[in-house]
Amino acid sequence: MRYLPHTEADRRAMLAAIGAPSIDALFRDVPERARLNRPVDLPPHKTELEVERAIGALAAQNKHAGSMACFLGGGAYRHHVPAAVDHLIQRGEFLTSYTPYQPEVSQGTLQYLFEFQTQVGMITGMEVANASLYDGATATAEAVMMANRVTRRSKAVLSGGLHPHYRDVVATYARWGGFEAVSARPDAMGSEDLASMVDAETSCVVVQNPSAFGRLRDLAPLAKAVQAKGALLVVVVTEVVSLGLVRPPGAMGADIVAAEGQSIGNALNFGGPYVGLFATREKYLRQMPGRLVGETLDADGRRGWVLTLSTREQHIRREKATSNICTNSGLCALAFTIHMTMLGEQGLTHMARLNHANASLLAEKLAGVRGVTVLADAFFNEFTVKLSKPASPIVDALADRGILAGVPAARLWSDRPELADHLIVAATETNTTDEMDRFARLLGEVL
Amino acid sequence: MDKSQGRTSREGVSDGADQVTTASGHRGLLMEEPLIFEQGSDGRIGVDLPEVPEHKMRLGALERSGPIGLPSLSEPQTIRHFTRLSQKNYAIDAGLYPLGSCTMKHNPRINEKLARLPGFADLHPLQPRSTVQGALALMDLLAHWLKSLTGMPAVALSPAAGAHGEYCGMVAIRAAIEARGEGRRRVLVPESAHGTNPATAASIGFTVDPIPAGPDGRVDIAAMKAKLGPDIAGLMLTNPNTCGLFERDIIEIARLIHESGGYFYCDGANFNAIVGRVRPADLGIDAMHINLHKTFSTPHGGGGPGSGPVVFSQALAPYVPVPYVVHGPDGFRLVETAGEGSTSFGRLKGYHGQMGMFVRALAYMMSHGADGLRQAAGDAVLNANYVMAQLKDVMTVAFDGPCMHEALFDDRFLKDTGVTTLDFAKALIDEGYHPMTMYFPLVVHGALLIEPTESESKDTIDQFIGSLRSLAGRAKAGDAASFHAAPRLTPRRRLDETRAARQPILRWRSAGGTSQAAD
Repeated sequence: MRYLPHTEADRRAMLAAIGAPSIDALFRDVPERARLNRPVDLPPHKTELEVERAIGALAAQNKHAGSMACFLGGGAYRHHVPAAVDHLIQRGEFLTSYTPYQPEVSQGTLQYLFEFQTQVGMITGMEVANASLYDGATATAEAVMMANRVTRRSKAVLSGGLHPHYRDVVATYARWGGFEAVSARPDAMGSEDLASMVDAETSCVVVQNPSAFGRLRDLAPLAKAVQAKGALLVVVVTEVVSLGLVRPPGAMGADIVAAEGQSIGNALNFGGPYVGLFATREKYLRQMPGRLVGETLDADGRRGWVLTLSTREQHIRREKATSNICTNSGLCALAFTIHMTMLGEQGLTHMARLNHANASLLAEKLAGVRGVTVLADAFFNEFTVKLSKPASPIVDALADRGILAGVPAARLWSDRPELADHLIVAATETNTTDEMDRFARLLGEVL
Repeated sequence: MDKSQGRTSREGVSDGADQVTTASGHRGLLMEEPLIFEQGSDGRIGVDLPEVPEHKMRLGALERSGPIGLPSLSEPQTIRHFTRLSQKNYAIDAGLYPLGSCTMKHNPRINEKLARLPGFADLHPLQPRSTVQGALALMDLLAHWLKSLTGMPAVALSPAAGAHGEYCGMVAIRAAIEARGEGRRRVLVPESAHGTNPATAASIGFTVDPIPAGPDGRVDIAAMKAKLGPDIAGLMLTNPNTCGLFERDIIEIARLIHESGGYFYCDGANFNAIVGRVRPADLGIDAMHINLHKTFSTPHGGGGPGSGPVVFSQALAPYVPVPYVVHGPDGFRLVETAGEGSTSFGRLKGYHGQMGMFVRALAYMMSHGADGLRQAAGDAVLNANYVMAQLKDVMTVAFDGPCMHEALFDDRFLKDTGVTTLDFAKALIDEGYHPMTMYFPLVVHGALLIEPTESESKDTIDQFIGSLRSLAGRAKAGDAASFHAAPRLTPRRRLDETRAARQPILRWRSAGGTSQAAD
């Protein structure tokens, strides 16, 4: 077997050194009735070529986004990632190393995580960021639990514009973690009054910007109102490219930012692995979940980096830890850092403008289609349209014509029949004018 | 044993290599590399983008006003920066990585290639299901392999890592207890457990009740029995355990916990030792997470991404989280919400799980096949026992073998040498190896936990053993000062962790103050 270096002679020599008659004899502590004496009922080993054929055949059964015109968003966005990013993250020294617990032999990982933390702090407008969490949805749940710790309260108020997967993850952690999460009614125009839902038990208000419907809003007044009542404002961002153009959560008064970083550096991957971004104010540092990299000096007085403040973490604090998280999203954070390094200030701003321009142009084109109403006053690269028919069958019909037309709201809010005719549409720098024209024309045909 | 086999002796490298100073600050292949924030300059870019077409601004007056402060590097500078950083890391590609409990085995490259096929990597999670049948089929096939290898009837694929899997399994236990109309809350956790176990249990409202290890490094059954009662929700046990030992009495342990009305959660971090040889279902386990990044070789990536599917017994199967794949007459579909009447405990993560990791893990399983996985587990156990056998005369074995996939030593062999476990591990770095896991499990004093994995050849393991024997000899010979100074041949020497924690510097700031005001 190509991954196993031992020859039979090696195994015999090693068994002789151990003083055991066979490998099976080394398993003598396994109760006899639990020992399998034959292989499990699964196929035997395969050559690399055979594996490539078998799994390649499954890949070929999918129609990937790039083979169609893709207008899907809903928290995952198709962007162009420079080839250098994927090349660099496949360097074995990054790909095949462990969590940097031994800093003398992990300075590479530690330095890029320090760069990552700085970039995340900058784009969100926050003071400190951690070294990543699993994804945006789990980062949001962690943000709520942190707000509970900071305020010693136990109720989260969730905007109706929060991505339903994020809402559901928070609801899971609430239900089983002994706190409350109440949601405002979802509506594309965001007419909810979240401040009025805050009471003396409320630890935080969670609001997504742009919302899951794509709508942008100024959160500064909400931040003031929420904080006046002793609660924190958690701002969720599912499309981080927006931060190249839109006022950052930190500048609008956010206390915690939980974001999905997939858009920068990471492929769609059918939903994962992605990378959760988490940033907050310095004064809440010791209540943060997840790993943190800090600067220090080595024995010769040279600058270096280490994992720090680990007394918050499970491997030290056990049942009193701020979170149970251990493995996070290191390599996805590296992809984010590399892509963001290549973009820089000018590139991120430019990329964000391209996204907004394409979405603005697409909104105009779709507004001209009979049976389509654009439900958007302010948006970044995603907006919601109301169709004259239910959206799901329209999306299926357009998929057959080579268009991934957007996310039917019913897919995300299956319990809200009033949203059945809502379609959430995104455009990025990858979309061409021709694709947008084709989308508008074919949508007109199927409506 | 004198198996130095071409490795430079200490005498050979102690001729002042760490004394050399250069004008550049570089030391041969060891390059000093500043932060990107210290290299960027205005007007430079690493990505060329087309002109922005004319359009109406529809941001609702929410345009950013101030600068972000991000530096940019051109493509060649980017490649060089991150290549230089990579060269400061140890990695499994570069050498034996004996980090006990972490399973640093070879990461096959076909897995990387397949995960990057556009048919997986360029698939949006919310595409219509007619366009993603192959992806759903792959998830279904992975589920079949995991269920077959564990003998368990149900699996949840969505947990993002081991600790997330623990959360998934323990919530299912709480849901099952609630469904019985009971309020059991006490969970037994051995003192040798990973820190994630008590952290997970506590986050679900369970109270953690530690159980001690017996003199043989296994659960002290008498102590466990004494703690059983009508308020027991369950037990979280790692098997093989964190001492690298199989819990001989595990079937009896399962019977006891079930008899008292609780459930048996197994931390499957060490499943790699027994895959293909023992099915957790046959041990009486109710739920177990499987770290795909350990047992099934998806790369650790410097700390993730991982993937932690959880297998369930029939008793817990009704509570599996959404989403899950079902197969009907018109193909596969995803159940994405826990609707009316559903017993699912809810959702754990955005979308459907770590698809990129599913592809890699399945490729690994198919490559090995049922026969190869069994051999891999056998070789992993063989290698650990060989390390134990070849070192037991110079280091102190914590518990008698045979061990499973990892060999546990304590620090008795360092007694009165002035050398600590930490010093010993740091000296191993200068020998060209990543240290073993240190000071874990907590039940052993000054623990050194060595997991060679099945990926290492006999020659490599012999060289590693040679280094450890040499170090043990030096420690006993009274060479403590050189251990305290180790490592000396690394990009950085020992780092001041106290300083880092006392005055936390967690981001770069420009010399003139903050680059972006927070408010």
